[in-house]
Amino acid sequence: MAKVKGAIVVDTEACKGCEVCIPVCGEDVIGMTAEVNRKGYHYAYMKNPEACTGCTNCGIVCPDRAISVYRVKVSD
Amino acid sequence: MDIQDIIKPENQVFCKTKLMTDTTLSYCPGCGHGTAHNLTMEVIDEMGIVEDTIGVAPVGCSVLAYDFMNIDITQAAHGRAPAVATAIARTWPDKYVFTYQGDGDLAAIGTAETIHTCNRGENIVIIFVNNGIYGMTGGQMAPTTLEGMMSSTSPYGRDIKTMGSPIKMTELIANLPGVYYATRQSVHTHKHARKAKKAIQKAFENTRLKKGLSFVEIVSNCNSGWKMTPIEANKWMEEHMFSYFPLGDIKVDGILK
Amino acid sequence: MSELKLMKGNEALAEAAIRAGADAYFGYPITPQSEVIEYLMTEQPEKRTGMVVLQAESEIAAINMVYGAASTGKKVMTSSSSPGISLKLEGISYLAGAELPAVIVNVVRGGPGLGTIQPSQADYFQSVKGGGHGDYKLYVLAPASVQEMSDFVEDAFDIAFKYRAPVLILSDGLIGQMMEKVNLKDQKPRLTDQELIEKNGSWATTGRKNRERNIITSLDLESEKMEARVHRLMKKYEQMEKEDLRYEKILCDDAEYLIVAYGSSARISQKAVELARKKGIKAGLLRPITLFPYPKQPLLELANQVKGILSVELNAGQMIEDVQLSVQFKVPVEHFGRTGGIIHTPEEVLEALEQKIIK
Repeated sequence: MAKVKGAIVVDTEACKGCEVCIPVCGEDVIGMTAEVNRKGYHYAYMKNPEACTGCTNCGIVCPDRAISVYRVKVSD
Repeated sequence: MDIQDIIKPENQVFCKTKLMTDTTLSYCPGCGHGTAHNLTMEVIDEMGIVEDTIGVAPVGCSVLAYDFMNIDITQAAHGRAPAVATAIARTWPDKYVFTYQGDGDLAAIGTAETIHTCNRGENIVIIFVNNGIYGMTGGQMAPTTLEGMMSSTSPYGRDIKTMGSPIKMTELIANLPGVYYATRQSVHTHKHARKAKKAIQKAFENTRLKKGLSFVEIVSNCNSGWKMTPIEANKWMEEHMFSYFPLGDIKVDGILK
Repeated sequence: MSELKLMKGNEALAEAAIRAGADAYFGYPITPQSEVIEYLMTEQPEKRTGMVVLQAESEIAAINMVYGAASTGKKVMTSSSSPGISLKLEGISYLAGAELPAVIVNVVRGGPGLGTIQPSQADYFQSVKGGGHGDYKLYVLAPASVQEMSDFVEDAFDIAFKYRAPVLILSDGLIGQMMEKVNLKDQKPRLTDQELIEKNGSWATTGRKNRERNIITSLDLESEKMEARVHRLMKKYEQMEKEDLRYEKILCDDAEYLIVAYGSSARISQKAVELARKKGIKAGLLRPITLFPYPKQPLLELANQVKGILSVELNAGQMIEDVQLSVQFKVPVEHFGRTGGIIHTPEEVLEALEQKIIK
């Protein structure tokens, strides 16, 4: 059975640190950085990249569309 | 598998629609407006109707919608967007015309325009973002502010006796025969956002079929006005706003549910 | 015995309304004056004096609420900013036509249209030349400080009831938002119903008791009656010009060049006059405090003395027409002013004086 592997790319300057993406991730992939961007916001990042399935939940809920989602099939 | 192998362009399954400009959204972090804008633009993009779409922007936080939506937009005076949209839709009957309004615009100063445009059953889509407060002007009470809710002009909580009850606009206008589709959605989780997007798509499909007026209310947070974090605001919205403004379809295909 | 406080212009206005014994305030949020209603809602004047405060659904609703309360003789106020005042103009015309006392405050922002939220003085024509339809004028007071934002409220109510006419306080976003020391007046008690009926019962609709009925209307279908009404209004305005003109002259006695400016532009121009004097230029400032009535005679007299006049206003040139009318083309008159919400500086004003008038 083919599995999927996903990853997100966060536009760190567009992210406003609202954290709305975090509760919609079923795999607890997303965390907030300790650093801040140019506007002073902590931004989202994959703290748990291995767990990402590319489900796009985070992408669709982000008000600023700061998250792009990627997904690729991986055959066992 | 290396992350660089995953994030190749051919593997991209989600990104910002090209119908949103590159301008940073002026909305507060976590504000539902951003998601609502994007879902609407995604629908227009996916339906391939940008060349025939004209939006009408309100006065309120989303007055600058024209900076973000990469479509033709006319900005209307406070509350008058339905009247502006009426004229556009009447003189360009084959266009997709929509208004995008807040609760002050649609349910306070624009009540007459809202009701009469709905009553005439204009072939337009009204997108109504309801966050129970006046955001742009600094957090004053709105017609949809809940009982007991604090705002800068209800600093001790909304008092029904002197300020009236919050108005359920969608139920009100759904009773008008000219309204074909009336629904209430939200955009704060992936499930809700996907449902809202389907509702917005259904609305524009109705326009294509010239069915009459489609009214999509989106209950949203306003973390700045409510003085909470975005996550807290979404939780508060679930606990308080949804019980007064229940999500779901109120009228579909001209029939009240 | 007054109270000294550091306050924002908008808040001083609101507090002054309570202390002037106002019976009601009706308003709607709009930048840059939302603080007026926010302050009133927070202060809960119904507990202090019984004053009613209500956020209306729109500016049009608010002015019609004012019309309603005023028709019963109550002391009532509304405030808004430029686009909101445009909405109120029908109601203001009704107030004038029906001869009702009321106070309207415009905290002016940049226009036209939705414009900008920063200050301007671009509503001069709207305020002084009618704005609403028909043969009427507004008594217009132009505050230039937070103290005047406070003081002019009671003055405005006094004029409104003296003449049974609407009065406009023409402020701007700068005065509304800035904070200064203000001496707040003592609380004047609201009229009891009995006192109100004694004072205004001859015309106000308070309930027909021991008298013929009172009707409040601005409608006169018989032309002769309408003409008589218009003449009645014009007489009021003549009396205002005779008895209630207000203006201020600064360093005008030996002035060779004159600046005319009101409101925040007058504050800035006063500084420009100081800078001019330091350079040896004999400049003076005439500050109209009422814009209607306009200081036509004082200006005409100064025209005999000065070589040129600069009308300095935060707009594209509005009050300059009244300056030109007043001086009857005796001396050159030019305009200077930034628009779009930009505030001109004293240096810019002086430069304009030098380049346009002194040359």
